[in-house]
Amino acid sequence: MPANLSARLCSLALSLFLIVFALPAFAGPFEDAVSKFANDDFSDTEEAIGAVASSGNPLAYPIISALQDGRLMADPDSKKVYVTGADGKSIDAATGQPVASVPDSASAVRLNNRLRRSVDAAIGGLTLMSPDLGMRLQAAQSVFKSHEETALDAVEGALAKETNRSVKATLGDARAAILLYKSDATEVQKLEAVATIKARGDQEALALLTGIGSDQPASVTKAAASAIGSIQSSLAVWSMVQNAWYGLSLGSVLLLAAIGLAITFGVMGVINMAHGEMVMIGAYTTFVVQEVIRTRYPGLFDYSLLIAVPLAFLVAGALGVVIERSIIRFLYGRPLETLLATWGLSLVLQQAVRTMFGPTNREVGNPSWMSGAFELGQITITYNRLWILCFTLAVFAILLAMLRYTALGLEMRAVTQNRRMAASMGIATSRVDALTFGLGSGIAGIAGVALSQIDNVSPNLGQSYIIDSFMVVVFGGVGNLWGTLVGAFTLGIANKFLEPVAGAVLGKIAILVLIILFIQKRPRGLFALKGRAVEA
Amino acid sequence: MTPHMLTRSLDRSATIFLLVVAALGVLIPLSNLLLPAGSFLQVPTYLVALWGKYVCYAILALSIDLIWGYCGILSLGHGAFFALGGYAMGMYLMRQIGTRGVYGNPVLPDFMVFLNYSKLPWYWYGFDMFWFAALMVLVVPGLLAFCFGWLAFRSRVTGVYLSIITQAMTYALLLAFFRNDFGFGGNNGLTDFKDILGFNVQAEGTRAALFALSCLALIAAFLICRAIVSSKLGKVLIAVRDAESRTRFLGYRVESYKLFVFTVSACMAGVAGALYVPQVGIINPSEFAPGNSIEAVIWVAVGGRGTLVGAALGAVVVNYAKTFFTSGMLAPYWLFMLGAMFILVTLLLPKGIVGTFNAWRESSSERRPAEAARSAAAEDGVTEPKMAE
Repeated sequence: MPANLSARLCSLALSLFLIVFALPAFAGPFEDAVSKFANDDFSDTEEAIGAVASSGNPLAYPIISALQDGRLMADPDSKKVYVTGADGKSIDAATGQPVASVPDSASAVRLNNRLRRSVDAAIGGLTLMSPDLGMRLQAAQSVFKSHEETALDAVEGALAKETNRSVKATLGDARAAILLYKSDATEVQKLEAVATIKARGDQEALALLTGIGSDQPASVTKAAASAIGSIQSSLAVWSMVQNAWYGLSLGSVLLLAAIGLAITFGVMGVINMAHGEMVMIGAYTTFVVQEVIRTRYPGLFDYSLLIAVPLAFLVAGALGVVIERSIIRFLYGRPLETLLATWGLSLVLQQAVRTMFGPTNREVGNPSWMSGAFELGQITITYNRLWILCFTLAVFAILLAMLRYTALGLEMRAVTQNRRMAASMGIATSRVDALTFGLGSGIAGIAGVALSQIDNVSPNLGQSYIIDSFMVVVFGGVGNLWGTLVGAFTLGIANKFLEPVAGAVLGKIAILVLIILFIQKRPRGLFALKGRAVEA
Repeated sequence: MTPHMLTRSLDRSATIFLLVVAALGVLIPLSNLLLPAGSFLQVPTYLVALWGKYVCYAILALSIDLIWGYCGILSLGHGAFFALGGYAMGMYLMRQIGTRGVYGNPVLPDFMVFLNYSKLPWYWYGFDMFWFAALMVLVVPGLLAFCFGWLAFRSRVTGVYLSIITQAMTYALLLAFFRNDFGFGGNNGLTDFKDILGFNVQAEGTRAALFALSCLALIAAFLICRAIVSSKLGKVLIAVRDAESRTRFLGYRVESYKLFVFTVSACMAGVAGALYVPQVGIINPSEFAPGNSIEAVIWVAVGGRGTLVGAALGAVVVNYAKTFFTSGMLAPYWLFMLGAMFILVTLLLPKGIVGTFNAWRESSSERRPAEAARSAAAEDGVTEPKMAE
């Protein structure tokens, strides 16, 4: 263990101790043991180390680690022993009371190599028994990695006392690791150790098993080889699961960005190149909401996203309606011109945001319920990705229900299938167009709220999603939201499975090329509309 | 009757255009080289290079107008063909540096030494010869366009789908060329050129010659485009633009026509890129950015789609405006203006400057305002249907 780490641990434990326990001074075996440090005799010091380490006194760890670092000062005249902290403050080693200064006559307790080994063992044992759960876990982990034979007694002692399940499991692994590498362990012990490590089944276990020498008994070598095989195959499965999870996560982001586009494209045949900017505006709405909350109502911060979602929908949706009424409606039937006009619009919106908020990234924070991660088997799942996946699916379900069960949804579907027939039936198609465009833009705004949690909020935010969103829509086919869903998750997962093989950039290029080739086979996407609408 | 009048009027504008380009191509280099520096009529060298750039953009715009204005193919990836032509020329120029590079390696360009290449990648072979590089300027974009178009047109990918996958194509190339191990200098691209055909690229004479050459290429490109669109083949192209299914039902192999014109257009864009690189002195992956290709489309829209003259004019006007506004205190507003230009031109000026001007002149000379509203080109396609070959 590096000296500065142990120094830090020591001062941590020291300050913890100072705050929590202020033990009354009384003379006892612990005090006697401590005073032996002042004798400046190696065998006395060794006795003292043993006695202090086994005393169970909370001062034991600070004392021993100070001894290791040469910060344990002993005054041979008064037989007083002091611990100097890394921060320069000192305490009386026997009582734990702070002292103003260490007398000049005190000098550091000396060590020799034999003593250093027992100090190390004592430290290992003491950290393994530390009252702090994290520290115990860390100590057990480090023993597992180093598998030093000398730590065996400490590990077994800790194992007997440990109550926490995960620490206990790690200690068991550490014991197994030590036994596996211990030259005089019995064959049975080693076989048990291999089984324990195999059950752990992660990358470290694999490293440990591959590292055993050739001097092991044949049965152990064989067991280890089979354990390596099974760990490797389970790791391969886990890495598949990991890739699938990343793919789902990327797919949900793509779906969120593309779904609004699919609606406007599907219903109106309009290519909205400014769609990415609607996403950006949603993200900036989140930023503004969080700024207001930070300055006025800091207590509401955890609800900032809940407030931002409807606001972003309204802001982006209203902007969408304005755009449709002022630009898009003059360009119906000229999809290529619409593409150019909306591209121009995206330049204007980007530059407007750049002028208002500056060209640099703005900080949008994660609420507490979205930060952090949890472990699932061998993979780590972050809460924000999980929430975004759930949120995306919820948005998708709501949208699907809206198209299915509301009057507007019915009208939208009618216009998608046959605009002129719908108009003949009395549907105000221009109103449907405006509302559809507003809906598509509003959903883009919501997507912006979600993306602000995982991406940089900058004026270029939308640009990075627009090509991917188009790929999703083109791949999935228009006029069918399920196509968008399947398209987004297929592309997301394919991307993440290609990434480890080909690298991030090549993987992306491969996806683009595959889509270009796919379009040859199915020019209208996976779920193409059939019937007259196709040739319109 | 109307078509004849129009052809003649178009011919006249074409003649004026050719004369203006030829005059510029001769006068600007002469004034730059012969008149004393600082004289009122002398064109400074930086302006020669700048206008050379505009002329290259005009060729690119022509190539886009050929497919968009006359065949209805809106390519949002034409910048890719332009950049590929540029890279082919850039590779030649890199090989000409020889031992004068920072590392002094006679074969490997500086960036390859820097990136620890042990030998020249195979696709760099031959680029030390000008004829080979010049051939590649045509072949590489042409081949890509041929393969891409063959796949796309045969399976009837049309309209916005085609636009989007052309955009995906240039985006994929952008990502690829950004990679260091792709062998084209990665992020920095190719730069620091010394010689072209033994002449110093920085020298005034070379720049003037390159400008004259660009004007010559513009004239050639214009004549090729005119030849294509005024031939029978051009009429079929216009028919494809206006009613693709109907043309197919009449027995034409629509995809072959499209493929031909797409490939020609890509070669033209490649030539524009090849002339652009020595005048600008650098080629890097940002030329592949989808935004560049879309911007090139707006030049055509501003000038007038389906007019050829308008495309070239639009490229010069928009780029001149860009230079003018981005160099002054209006720089932060340039993107607002560019964006507004996209919107206003598509909304208010769908025929562009030249198209609107033609329509206005036609209506004022013939006093038939109703006729003017209809696209003259569309009539051409409808009035003369042809049987299959």
